Amino acid sequence: MSALVEIRDVSKAYVRGRQTVEVLHHITLDIRKGDFLALMGPSGSGKTTLLNLIGGLDSPSSGSISVDGTRIDQLGGTALAKWRAAHVGFIFQFYNLLPILTAQKNVEVPLLLTKLSAAQRRQNAKIALQLVNLADRASHKPGELSGGQQQRVAIARAIISDPTLLVCDEPTGDLDRQSAEEVLNLLQVLNREQGKTIIMVTHDPKAADHASHTLHLEKGSLVESLP
Amino acid sequence: MKYLHLIRAALMRRKTRTVLTILSVLAAFLLFGLLDGVRVAFNSGGTLAGVDRLVVSSRFSIIQSLPESLVNRVAAVQGVRLVTWANWFGGYFREQKNQMIIFAIGPGYFDAYPDYGVTPAMAEALASTRSGVLVGKAVADRFGWKVGDKLPILGSIFPNKATGETTWTFDIVGIYQAPLAANRALEQQILLNWKYFDEANAYGGGQVGWIVVKVADPADSARVAQAIDALSANSDHETKTQTEQEFNLSFAKQIGDIGLIVTAIIGAVFFTLMLLTGNTMAQAVRERMPELATLKTIGFTDRQVLALVFGESVLLILIGGVFGLVLATLLMPIVTEASGGMIQMPPVGWRSWGIGIALMIAVGAIVGILPAWRAMRLRVVDALAGR
Repeated sequence: MSALVEIRDVSKAYVRGRQTVEVLHHITLDIRKGDFLALMGPSGSGKTTLLNLIGGLDSPSSGSISVDGTRIDQLGGTALAKWRAAHVGFIFQFYNLLPILTAQKNVEVPLLLTKLSAAQRRQNAKIALQLVNLADRASHKPGELSGGQQQRVAIARAIISDPTLLVCDEPTGDLDRQSAEEVLNLLQVLNREQGKTIIMVTHDPKAADHASHTLHLEKGSLVESLP
Repeated sequence: MKYLHLIRAALMRRKTRTVLTILSVLAAFLLFGLLDGVRVAFNSGGTLAGVDRLVVSSRFSIIQSLPESLVNRVAAVQGVRLVTWANWFGGYFREQKNQMIIFAIGPGYFDAYPDYGVTPAMAEALASTRSGVLVGKAVADRFGWKVGDKLPILGSIFPNKATGETTWTFDIVGIYQAPLAANRALEQQILLNWKYFDEANAYGGGQVGWIVVKVADPADSARVAQAIDALSANSDHETKTQTEQEFNLSFAKQIGDIGLIVTAIIGAVFFTLMLLTGNTMAQAVRERMPELATLKTIGFTDRQVLALVFGESVLLILIGGVFGLVLATLLMPIVTEASGGMIQMPPVGWRSWGIGIALMIAVGAIVGILPAWRAMRLRVVDALAGR
């Protein structure tokens, strides 16, 4: 299978005050289409930084990143935002839902960036919520849902634009074991049945077990490569 | 419009804060609505066209009187149907807090002003009683006066020639009642014979405060006014013929530039409003940085986030502002009605609404600019990491 994500000699450094901190060192990596990759490593190893670079939330200091043939490291702010809207779904540890909107409205948010009518947006959001088994909670606000349910709403929001890539940063980090299992099973279904390519940062080896591959990062470098 | 529910959601995030902010904006625009009418009234020149009653007064100051001889010359101007005149007579009843509105009026005054509701019998009683006065019902009720009472008034300026003192004693010969509620303010007045006032006051006779003219054809008012002012051009008593509204306003303008004072008050109110709402907006956006970062993560561009915060700020001010102006629009006639015309609040016109809406957008934009800029410049990775 061809590589969806091609990372070539990527380094990332941040300037903090007078200090420059290099977080990633010359990373080269290919992630195949349809892969479910777990990124593991200790805190500060650069997992989230690498995830942010792949998701187009940040730009590398050097090197190149291509996703499905697009050099995202060369895109400007607006083009990168539009690319994210079309190609990437994000799932965060703390769900990052808009607290005042209902589950249905939260799921609809990415569709505001499309030309779909309000009725189509509603319809699509309903389908996405059905997919994560939360159709009956459509009118509930995040505060009225459990952590696991909120994360499933976040997953519905992430997949509603039918992105190629799902980027998950500790998606089970704030959940109990049962809810975590539900969320991970859902991600597996999306990977296996809908062909979504998933990159997941996690500290949890049990979560990583749900992925098809696992990579370890230490001090900004990959300690192994994918088969 | 499809982003409106996002803006509404942002505003509803802290309901109490939003409601309190809207109330402060409402109060500011209520004040604006009430005061802008006053400002416009004081700054407007008024128009003579279509007005059938004109007032002729000194060009230099309304406290400068005119020679009585001018009355007949004004009456002779083509297009003048009726002429009368009056003098201001300041004074109070018993205590200084009981200031009275007293005018010494010439013959034919009630023909020019049927608004007083003075009957022919009352007018005749006044004309035939040298020291007689007609008293408005409101002021008579306030002090319990009735026809036949002696009314001692301590004059503010004019001494009585006979006594050398400023105490005058009048005889109440009638109590009038304005037929229309809008004219109830007239019932606050006391009217005395100009002839008696002119003969009895120690400051010399043959002077009138202002001349009231009724024109035959209101469409001809501008020409008549010009012709009247031409009578005394280059004399020591040049006149200014104007509408009643302008004349009344010139009384109030004696205490200062009302338009400027009102503008300064409105300016101070809006300056305070901007500090208040600016702080609220900054706080609201600061609290929502992770949410704005999420929107950016999902694919909202910097400009879209900027527009959302701007929209939130403008909508916040528009909601409060429109309610404020609506309230002012409703209150104006109520205040005028309740005061019996004593306080004449001009209605909130389209001009005030136009300025008001423009102000709302401007204030919204000004208070939104810094938070919106901050939201636009927000780095997603920093905000998501809580930095």
